[in-house]
Amino acid sequence: MKQDPINQPLSGQIKPPYSGYTSSKEAILQAEKVSVFYGSYLAVRDVFLDIETNKITAFIGPSGCGKSTLLRCFNRLNDLILGARVEGSIKFQGENLYDKKFDRKIEEVRRRIGMVFQKPTPFSKSIYENIAFGAKINGYQGDMDELVERSLRQAALWDEVKDKLKQSGLSLSGGQQQRLCIARAIAVQPDVILMDEPCSALDPISTLRIEDLLHELKEQYTIVIVTHNMQQASRVSDMTAFFNVEPTDKGGRMGYLVEYDRTEVIFQSPKEESTREYVSGRFG
Amino acid sequence: MSTNPSSPPSPSSDLFRPNRQLSKWVELVVKYIFAAFALISVATTIGIVLTLIFETVEFFGDVPLWRFLTDREWTPRFVNPQYGIFVLISATLLTSAIAISVALPIGLLAAICLSEYAPPKVRSWLKPALEILAGVPTVVFGYFALLLVTPFLQNFIPALQGFNALSAGLVLGVSIIPLVASLSEDAIYAIPGSLRQGAYALGATKRETIVGVVLPSALSGIVASFVLAISRAIGETMIVTIAAGQNPQMGLNPFVPVMTMTAYIVQASLGDTPAGSLAYRTLFAVGMTLFLLTLVLNIFSFWFVRKFRETYE
Repeated sequence: MKQDPINQPLSGQIKPPYSGYTSSKEAILQAEKVSVFYGSYLAVRDVFLDIETNKITAFIGPSGCGKSTLLRCFNRLNDLILGARVEGSIKFQGENLYDKKFDRKIEEVRRRIGMVFQKPTPFSKSIYENIAFGAKINGYQGDMDELVERSLRQAALWDEVKDKLKQSGLSLSGGQQQRLCIARAIAVQPDVILMDEPCSALDPISTLRIEDLLHELKEQYTIVIVTHNMQQASRVSDMTAFFNVEPTDKGGRMGYLVEYDRTEVIFQSPKEESTREYVSGRFG
Repeated sequence: MSTNPSSPPSPSSDLFRPNRQLSKWVELVVKYIFAAFALISVATTIGIVLTLIFETVEFFGDVPLWRFLTDREWTPRFVNPQYGIFVLISATLLTSAIAISVALPIGLLAAICLSEYAPPKVRSWLKPALEILAGVPTVVFGYFALLLVTPFLQNFIPALQGFNALSAGLVLGVSIIPLVASLSEDAIYAIPGSLRQGAYALGATKRETIVGVVLPSALSGIVASFVLAISRAIGETMIVTIAAGQNPQMGLNPFVPVMTMTAYIVQASLGDTPAGSLAYRTLFAVGMTLFLLTLVLNIFSFWFVRKFRETYE
């Protein structure tokens, strides 16, 4: 008997409240029963998740588990994909981002919830203009030189580029480009920074620099980071969400949240067997 | 278990008996065949350039260069011939400038619309349709200019003569729109989506993303398409010959008949110019001028693309 996969009971699915962890009231982003579809294809199903202010939350899980997809819901970047649809609600400071009224203010949402991508994406502009671009389009009225310097300092890039701000952003090394993208994201003064595997294209030394940077940034920003690297998750994050994927009977693959807890709990005493297997490297 | 380095090959290796000698010969022959074909195209180009140079040098043996550059008229077959190339150059620049002022904005906006705003379905038939426009023979465009555009424009501009630079230039512009649009669209479409997402993630609107990020990144390709379109406008023959007239006169008045360099070449090569005569050699002098103009443009384009091309992973 074929069942609609949407109404099919799921194995391994955890309904909130999560065993052992209840979210505090400081949640800046709250996902409630979020499902993401590409056309009729269900990519992520029924995620309940609270992202806490000024913490680093890591999303881990095997490929195709929907962690990047979910991340892109937080700044509505999935809107750009034809046929993508989000169900449920994501509350940002208490307001549902998928409410109609945000359709016209989507730029404001994206300014306040910044994003850094897997591959560095510097614009083909000077280093200075790379930072200034976001500020300009968002109507920044203050001193641009000061903003550029402050952003580059926060991204630990200032000392390396202060003498060549006129050079193209593409002339930098991969690690520097990624820190430029972080500086660019910081420059528009967001509340949250989403990071989609920001270190996966970088060498280990550049990766370490960015991890150090994350620790400094969380003083001011809330950070959500998707990573394939479990050591990275355990090193940098306060909270960890483990996602898994299971085949649907339509032949697709559907991601879901397995367990969400403090990072040390996820890595040392997870409640779920699949979490334990994943973090100990037995699959994925 | 012992391994013997000089052990006989396993039985199945008898099944492989490649004819290495034959393959080597084939490789060699194929290499020279390809080289020969490559040589044909290069040799043809060199031959053309050499012919141009020799005949031009002979031309300047009879007509000093300063007369070529300073004469105020172009009358090579008159009793007192004058060889002012700028008469022809001014006509070429006039028609090209009109054409470019039509083709560049429309072509670029069409390219932006196609790559950024059009839904994929629309793009998939609109782009080929645009490229078909490029396949319309220019002689058709020429008669279109002469028989439709000029009479139409005369309703508004009574001073417009039957042959004129204006309608030739306008239609020439229309004929190169597909070139600009198609090549610019390729350049814009090639900009990775990650760059657009980077801009959107900063809170940019679609227009801000296109103007602030996508177009600057595609600049080298867009400029290359512009330069190619300008070269095409300068070198285009049929439209200007048919619609702009055959009347060499100096000046930039778009309402009167003019003679472009290409139109002169058509006129002079139509038969009544005896080979080897001075009038015959003017053909090559004009051809050389045309060649140098487009060469300079192409070198500029090459330099610009090299300087401003950004590489994305």
